[in-house]
Amino acid sequence: MPSLGADMEAGKLVEWLVKPGDWVKRGDVVAIVDTQKGAIEIEIYQSGQIEQILVELDSKVPVGTPLALIRTEGETKPQVAAPPPKATAAAPPPPSPAAAPSIAPMARAPVRPPAVPIAAAPPSVKPLPQASPAARRLAQEHAIDLSTVKGSGPAGSITYADVERQLGKAAAPPERKRAPSLDFNAMRMAIAAAMARSKREIPHYYLEHQVDVTQCERWLMQKNLTRTPDDRLLFAALAIKSVALASRRFPAFNGFYRDNRFEPAQAVHVGVAIAIRGGGLTAPALHDADQLSLDDLMSQLRDLVARTRAGRIRSSEMSDPTITVSNLGERGVEALYGIIYPPQVAIVGVGKSVLRPWVVDGAVGPRSVITLTLSGDHRVTDGHVGALFLAEIGNLLQEPEKL
Amino acid sequence: MSNVDIRQAVNEELNNIAPEVDMASVDPAADLREVMDIDSMDFLNFITAIHHRLGIDIPEIDYPKLVTLAGTIAYLEAKLASAKA
Repeated sequence: MPSLGADMEAGKLVEWLVKPGDWVKRGDVVAIVDTQKGAIEIEIYQSGQIEQILVELDSKVPVGTPLALIRTEGETKPQVAAPPPKATAAAPPPPSPAAAPSIAPMARAPVRPPAVPIAAAPPSVKPLPQASPAARRLAQEHAIDLSTVKGSGPAGSITYADVERQLGKAAAPPERKRAPSLDFNAMRMAIAAAMARSKREIPHYYLEHQVDVTQCERWLMQKNLTRTPDDRLLFAALAIKSVALASRRFPAFNGFYRDNRFEPAQAVHVGVAIAIRGGGLTAPALHDADQLSLDDLMSQLRDLVARTRAGRIRSSEMSDPTITVSNLGERGVEALYGIIYPPQVAIVGVGKSVLRPWVVDGAVGPRSVITLTLSGDHRVTDGHVGALFLAEIGNLLQEPEKL
Repeated sequence: MSNVDIRQAVNEELNNIAPEVDMASVDPAADLREVMDIDSMDFLNFITAIHHRLGIDIPEIDYPKLVTLAGTIAYLEAKLASAKA
C-alpha cells in the first residue's frame, strides 16, 4: 500500500485489475485503492508476472503493507509463498526470503527493468475503460462489462449515470447525480490533517510579485487564433511551465523536507491544484513539467484535470509532486497565499489578470497584470532567494515563445 | 439541425462537465461560470465538445458571447444559420 500523500495511514483495496499469472509492466495500473482523497489507481513499479495477491478486496491495510508478489524475469519460484498479511496488521510483514518474488507495488525507488523485454511476454493488462469509481462499483454490482458502456463524462469516461442507463433505470434525480462518488467528508478530513500539519510544522513566509502579462496574453491569443479547440493553450499552461523552469534554476524550492533536512528533487513534478466539483481539492503531479513542450504540457494538463474530476488519479501523481501551483485567478481572486503541502517546501499562487494603469517606457498605459505569490518554507529558504525565484517566474512569462 | 437540437446539445455537453446541475433550473441569462462553477478548463472542454458535435468553429474572440446559456444558444443558432446560407 503506497503512501499517496501527507498523513495517509491506510487505504482500502477496492478493485484488483490483475490476477495471479498476469504479466505486467512498469507503469501498468494494477489495482484501485480508496483513500480519503478518493479512488486512486495504483501503478506497479516493476515488470514481471503476478505471483500472488496478498490483500483481499475491501480490506483496509496500513501504508507499507505488500499488496501482491511479483516475479521479475530471472527470479526462481519460491518453495513456500509468503503468507498474506492480515488486513488489520499494524506493521508490515517481515521481509520475503531472498528467493521470493519482489514485493510490489509499494516501492517508489527506481527499479531495474527485467533482463528480458516484457513485450515478448503473453497477455498483459487490458486497457481500462475510463470510468468513475461509482460507475465501476455499480457495474460490478450488476455484473456489467464496462467495455460495453458508452461514456458521456470528460474525455469519454463512463459516469454513474451511463451505467444506470445501461441497466435500463431512469436517471437519478438531479440532487443525486453527483458523479464521482467522492467522500467529501473524508476529503475534507484529509485536507484538514495535511494543512494543520503544514501550519504546525512549516514556518511559512509569504511574498508577492506583480507581473505584466500583456505580451503573454497577446502571444497566447495569436497562437490560439489558428488552432481548433483541441489544441488551444490556456494561460495556466504557461504559468506551470514558468514555475517548472524557475524551479530547475532554483532547486531549493523543488523537493521535500524530511527527517530534519531538505532533499532537493532530481525531477520537477509540478502539483497542480485542482478543485473538485462539489468541494474539496487535490494537487496531482504533472510529471517532468520543465521538460515538456507547451503543447504537451497543455495536453497532459487537460488529461490530468479530466481524470482527477472523474476520480481516476494514479498513485504516482499523488505521491510525486515536488512543488505546487495554485491558480485561483480565474475565480476573480487577485492574490492567494497558499499553505505548503508537506513534505514539499513551496507553493506558488497565480492570481487573476487585472487591467491596471502601468508605467511602460516612462508612460502610463493599460496593462494586464497578475499577482504571483510564493509561500516558502523558512527552514529551507529565505525571503531573499524567494524574491529571486518569483522574479524569475515573472521574467520567463515575458518571453512566452521561449517556454 | 433545429434550435431544439442545439439546445439539447448544449445542455448535454454542459451536463457532462457539471453532472450535478439540473439544466432546467439554470437561468438563461446567468453567467454560466458562476451558476455552474465552470473554470477555463471546463469551458475549453465545452467549446471542444460543441466543435466536434456541431462542427462549429468558435474562435477565442467570440468567447464573451457564450457567457450565458441564452447567449450560447443564440450564437450557435446564428453560426449554423450562416453556415447553411
